[in-house]
Amino acid sequence: MFILITGLLLGGTYALIALGLNLQYGVARIMNLANGEMLVAGGFAAFWLYTAGQINPVAALIVIAPVAFVVNWLVYRFMLQPLVKRAKSRGALEVDSILATFGMSFAFVGIMTWAFGGGYFNYAFLAQPLEMFGSSYAQNRVVAFVLAVVIGGALWLWLTYSRVGLNLRAVAVNPASASLVGVDVRRASALAFALGGAVTATGGALVSMFFTLDASVGVLFTMKALIIIIMGGVGDIRGTIVAAVILGIAETAVARLVDPGLTLAAAYLLFLLVLLFKPAGLFGKARG
Amino acid sequence: MYRRTFTQLAAAAVALAAGAGMSLAQDTIRMGAAAPQTGPLAGGATVTHWPAVRLWVHQTNEAGGLQVGDRRMTIELVEYDDQTNPQQAIQAAQRLATQDQVDFMVAPYSTGMNLAAAPIFAQLGYPMITGTAVTDQQPALAQQFPNMFFVLGRTSIMAEDTAHVLVGMRDRGEIGNRVALVNVADAFGIEMAGISRGVLESNGFEIVYESSYPLGTQDLAPVIDGAKAANPDAFIAWSYPGDTFALTDQAIVQNFAPHVFFTAVATAFPGYAARFGDQIEGVMGMGGVNADDPAFQAFAEAHMEFAGQAPDYWASAATYATLEILGQAIEATGSIDRATVLAYLQDRSHEYSTILGPVNFNENNDNERYWTVGQWQGGVFRGIAARGRDGAVAAELFDGWN
Repeated sequence: MFILITGLLLGGTYALIALGLNLQYGVARIMNLANGEMLVAGGFAAFWLYTAGQINPVAALIVIAPVAFVVNWLVYRFMLQPLVKRAKSRGALEVDSILATFGMSFAFVGIMTWAFGGGYFNYAFLAQPLEMFGSSYAQNRVVAFVLAVVIGGALWLWLTYSRVGLNLRAVAVNPASASLVGVDVRRASALAFALGGAVTATGGALVSMFFTLDASVGVLFTMKALIIIIMGGVGDIRGTIVAAVILGIAETAVARLVDPGLTLAAAYLLFLLVLLFKPAGLFGKARG
Repeated sequence: MYRRTFTQLAAAAVALAAGAGMSLAQDTIRMGAAAPQTGPLAGGATVTHWPAVRLWVHQTNEAGGLQVGDRRMTIELVEYDDQTNPQQAIQAAQRLATQDQVDFMVAPYSTGMNLAAAPIFAQLGYPMITGTAVTDQQPALAQQFPNMFFVLGRTSIMAEDTAHVLVGMRDRGEIGNRVALVNVADAFGIEMAGISRGVLESNGFEIVYESSYPLGTQDLAPVIDGAKAANPDAFIAWSYPGDTFALTDQAIVQNFAPHVFFTAVATAFPGYAARFGDQIEGVMGMGGVNADDPAFQAFAEAHMEFAGQAPDYWASAATYATLEILGQAIEATGSIDRATVLAYLQDRSHEYSTILGPVNFNENNDNERYWTVGQWQGGVFRGIAARGRDGAVAAELFDGWN
């Protein structure tokens, strides 16, 4: 039971880390290597609001998410759209966007170091135990998990049942055909990128409740997010959540039953298996 | 194209002329410092390294500079970010020497960066007094790089002393024989865990839980759960900052409270106390200082006032002391000639008075008087074990997260 719940909580954390990048990569086709930095920025914002203003990180999301949405929209509009316009193929766009966002990640690290200094940031919010089934779990992790479920569920419903969501899915499947049937691909991509950034920053704010962050730690989150979205399938919200939960439970089980030193090995083994047997992701269909 | 080249050339010429002018006038000592401002170790360097270095420069200049022969010379500090990248650390040292033509250099931050930069410091002939390098290779390193000095101590001694603290508590009947031992799976953690396991086992302790976790892991609920299930008397974790915080956090959540709770790096950071408040009363960690020493207290106060943050209770003071030592060597020789200063440092008969107390170097360029284990007592991280230093207080039992 401990393993299952701890694994679920960890999976929730992973989902928060990966959902945003999945929107950005799946729909806008931007392999955003500065994703981890956006997450850390969300965490810093939460830290700052909490320590300076005593604003609780969950309430702070009301501010953090819209600000991150606007910032990411601007980033897409002014820094990435020129790349999208000149790209001749999807491959070319991926190479360009990887290079551009890789550079952006350094710029973000520099800005955060300048603004917040290079030190460690953490704070105590809901760091109390919650008793469930005879074991105790950190309340802040439970809160983050619940919000991960809410955010993931809302995104999935919205993408599946709303008109705009349908547009985004169309772009994800095939941008050229989508524009043929009257979808404004450019707007849909910008929307997906900005929304992805907002989700990532939200994840950062929640993760900062129990992670010690510093300005340079973003790349670790980017790596984790990459594994998860590739396992779950690019552009597939449901797949991302399932992959995150599987990874969380697998890592926790290995850590508790075998050895904590093997968690990374377990994660990469799963990744390898998915790549071998379901190369398009857990729920993916081979694309024609 | 040509115009750009010309502008660059002109700019370079102006810079060169400015540099030449400065070295002709020479009423300042140029000091170079390259250490992490970004990258994985930036967090630690921001707590320990940079404020101590800048504070020493600031205080020295406030006092009118160093007395070099019959001149008073102020210090000019040139800083570079080595990005926690060994390659960058080497390039930065090269650039400081050849382009900025600094007279002396501050040793980098952390064991790894110091080892990476040691060959280039030696090749360029700069004294390298390290305040954050802890290894067991001192004799071999001093042989290979006679310009390299060590102030902070030796890893094996720290691991041994940590184990000996437990042996002492067990022999006094305060704790039992059961130890849970975990470590971060990198060179540091593996080495420290190995040494402490050896000492503990040869003293009749039983290792009831042992595991390692990958570098960068902060999801440590399974580790604490496993340790707790083994019901140990003592918990020893050779950890780095992120995991030190995460292990403590998780131990509080799961109310895992053995009689000894030890985490390694960052336990002595002021941020650790800021994060956990008085819950950490009785937690042990690596390093320590004599917190009652007026010299340390004055340093801590000046550090707070200058940098707006407290020093850590371990390597901050050692980093500051490395510059005190260098300054005293410069004043004693009355020279800013590197070879002369280095020769003075290499003369083992010299003793330096620092905020750590008196320091001298043995035949391995090694300072033999340093703190090894500390414990949070009454909101202060006090040294409870040391080699050659007075002021160690008695270890207390950890009586749970308040």
